[in-house]
Amino acid sequence: MKHIKTIAKAVLKESAAKGGCGECQTSCQSACKTSCTVANQECENK
Amino acid sequence: MIHKFKIGDTKLVLDVNSGAVHIIDDIVYDILDEDHIKDTEEIIEQLSCKYSQSEIMEAVEEVKQLQKEGLLYSPDMYRELPAFRERKPVIKAMCLHIAHDCNMRCQYCFASQGSFNGQKSFMSEEVGKKAIDFLIENSGDRRNLEIDFFGGEPLMNFDVVKKIVEYGRAREKEANKHFRFTITTNGLLLNDETIDYINQNMDNVILSIDGRKEIHDRMRHTVEGLGTYDRILSKYKKMLRLRKDKLYFVRGTFTRYNLDFTKDVLHLADLGFKNISMEPVVVDEQIDYGIEYEDLPKVFEEYEKLADAYIERKNKENEFTFFHFMIDLNQGPCVIKRLTGCGAGTEYLAITPEGDMYPCHQFVGDSDFKIGNVFDNTFDRNIGLQFKDAHVYNKKDCQNCWAKFYCSGGCHANAYQFNKDIQKPYQIGCEMEKKRIECALAIQAKLFAKEGLEND
Repeated sequence: MKHIKTIAKAVLKESAAKGGCGECQTSCQSACKTSCTVANQECENK
Repeated sequence: MIHKFKIGDTKLVLDVNSGAVHIIDDIVYDILDEDHIKDTEEIIEQLSCKYSQSEIMEAVEEVKQLQKEGLLYSPDMYRELPAFRERKPVIKAMCLHIAHDCNMRCQYCFASQGSFNGQKSFMSEEVGKKAIDFLIENSGDRRNLEIDFFGGEPLMNFDVVKKIVEYGRAREKEANKHFRFTITTNGLLLNDETIDYINQNMDNVILSIDGRKEIHDRMRHTVEGLGTYDRILSKYKKMLRLRKDKLYFVRGTFTRYNLDFTKDVLHLADLGFKNISMEPVVVDEQIDYGIEYEDLPKVFEEYEKLADAYIERKNKENEFTFFHFMIDLNQGPCVIKRLTGCGAGTEYLAITPEGDMYPCHQFVGDSDFKIGNVFDNTFDRNIGLQFKDAHVYNKKDCQNCWAKFYCSGGCHANAYQFNKDIQKPYQIGCEMEKKRIECALAIQAKLFAKEGLEND
């Protein structure tokens, strides 16, 4: 495409099918303890 | 729903519901509306003064193509997902308040110098073991369980930390679980013994430091009121040297006194620390060092500066990671995780030295939020349900927010502190979080473009 470069596909949609195992880390435990970003966590079930 | 934005000369659009991210040019930026694409004729009429008709039509075609592929203006299809709707509350993480006492006096401390508005106290081995038992019994099929040793200052009660780790390791095999231990420390009690133990046994260690000496020492004092920077820095450096590849974070707090906090992050990076987290202080605006609405433009500017430095240093000796920028666009958490958020009160509990359970460490001391106690096995499911229901589809302010799948509705404790309602997010926190996400996405876009250039 000339005007648009896609850098990430429909990752959320794709994750809906196999997601939810819950083995990932609890976000607040890792480093923040006072705010919230969840999207920076890693999936344990890649 | 989409979100288009510019950071420097990079223009991006996020397709909120699919998670797709695109780098776009000026024409596409002008064409895109928040929730739909207008008729081509209407677009041409509006933009013909800026672009040629053929250029506009070409760009519109590309937008429509992506829409067809489910990468723009995608509908939200997650609310009814069984994995979300029928999820069972399973506890998988605990924050153990090993010591409700602290050997530091930090001006901004939310824990009242470690006591959490109560008596100073230390967790006993017995409480710690009961907490481990409770976690195992309530963790269902989850294998990976987390324990964070927190305080006050957990190293003030180090022997109990060791006993709890030993007990956890003994129990994990027969229970088919895997414990990940982490510890959050202010560093004063680090010595050869504690460093060695932490490096051997903790999957992650959070080392508190605010950045430049004058910034750190302004807020983080000894009991006698002296600065602590010089006392902890050599210990952190030693720990880092010996820790090798194991995970750690240096974590600071910025306040209104250092809105130029990029300098603090870079100071830590220049000292050799690679994994850095720098969190905005969460206190009432009326307090001198509290962040106010009028500070937001300066904070945004700093996050952009930090993002520039992040890219500039990437793959160089002085590179660093910044906690909130670590968004991997292709390997991130699943949408279910993004909907369930931090898990406070449902997947995550804090345990006091007395064995009382709270939804998270920040609610400790507020009796309205006491969920239960590890000794009598009481557990108020109703409080847990309130937290389970506090997700982005129920929070009015989040429903139409583009950032909902990145912050997952924000911090419940911040929401309650400012609005006395866990369903109503802390607005200043939201604005800062949105800026951090934009910067994180822009970093990915710039690295993508840089890689493209290098490959050409």
